[in-house]
Amino acid sequence: MSIFKDAGHLFRFAALFVIAFLVFLVVRHYVVPKSFGKYGHYRAAAMDEIAAHPMKFAGHQACEQCHSDVAATHASGMHAHVNCEACHGPLEKHAEDPSSVTPKLPDTATLCVRCHEASAARPKNFPQVKSAEHSGGMPCQTCHNPHSPAIGSGAAAGGAK
Amino acid sequence: MTMTRRHLLLLLPAAAVAWESVLAGTPEDSPNYNRTDHWWGMLIDIPKCIGCGNCVRACQEENDVPDGHFRTWVERYHVEDWNLTDPQVISPDGGKEGFPVATDDSGKYFFVPKLCNHCADSPCTQVCPVGATFITPDGVVLVDQKYCLGCAYCVQACPYGCRYIHPEKRVADKCTLCYHRITKGQTTACAENCPTGARQLIDLKNPKDPIHEFLKTHNVQVLKPQMATGAKVFYNELDGSVR
Repeated sequence: MSIFKDAGHLFRFAALFVIAFLVFLVVRHYVVPKSFGKYGHYRAAAMDEIAAHPMKFAGHQACEQCHSDVAATHASGMHAHVNCEACHGPLEKHAEDPSSVTPKLPDTATLCVRCHEASAARPKNFPQVKSAEHSGGMPCQTCHNPHSPAIGSGAAAGGAK
Repeated sequence: MTMTRRHLLLLLPAAAVAWESVLAGTPEDSPNYNRTDHWWGMLIDIPKCIGCGNCVRACQEENDVPDGHFRTWVERYHVEDWNLTDPQVISPDGGKEGFPVATDDSGKYFFVPKLCNHCADSPCTQVCPVGATFITPDGVVLVDQKYCLGCAYCVQACPYGCRYIHPEKRVADKCTLCYHRITKGQTTACAENCPTGARQLIDLKNPKDPIHEFLKTHNVQVLKPQMATGAKVFYNELDGSVR
């Protein structure tokens, strides 16, 4: 009898703990995002949000669907492994709406030398020229077709076809 | 601006709406993509890199990377003869506009493109106090920018210097291995725009991926293997001087 005399204090104390725990569960239910912990200690929905970002580069498969003539020239030439947007820039918008978004023609004066200007730092087997001596200031596409650059491999003068 | 009670009352509904979008997330965008079927990484073929900077520009365009910050960058090494511990390394603006012409023909030169190594046991994900950065089931280290506090622990933890605090969003930002592209069957922006094939997206869980044969037959290394990070960016013919 005597040991339970003041047990009421303990029950009240225990009840406080239980209530606090319930409040914690309720708050946690509302505050923790639904997908948190689905795969690990993070919000699984973040993956889908990042995956939903829009693309800027359409990828060469998209280009080849319409530009099959250029793709054929390109595939047979020395630049076959250089994808379209590596020179033409990001064109996802053009791929989605070809008529209203038209790409700008790349400027060969800055474009070609980025890869082909002679430098001791580049791999020795990579084709390089001293542009000032090589062309005497003439634009590269006077002689080379950028889509198939070996001379004699395709129509050059008049720009890329 | 001082925060008055009126401002706070006006902000509360906005904050509630913002938090609601955090809680709910967005619906799955690539329904045919199964995360457990992939384990992504990248192959960097050093002898093929010509230092044109196409990857850096493409990454910036694709991912709206702010100027002066890089999700990927290219370093040019110049090693004089035997002096492996003291290479001259340059990376002007991350190599975005290429590199100055090298006239000094002595020693050896090579380019080292760098990006997040998407480590299997990454130090950056381990230090995040709020679970805002993580490795996905398909092996890509991502940042949940709605959850990130911008404390920059992960920026310090990355042994490769691949993270930065976004100057406007004030949260951690890094290479996502173009998660929005690879989950739709595309390659990354850097690999798509590499003119020599020096960068290739690889899927280590795909038995048909040519990477398996490549790894068996080439001298391939990861950066800082002594850190035991489980890095998944593999470098072919990596020079001993690269740090």
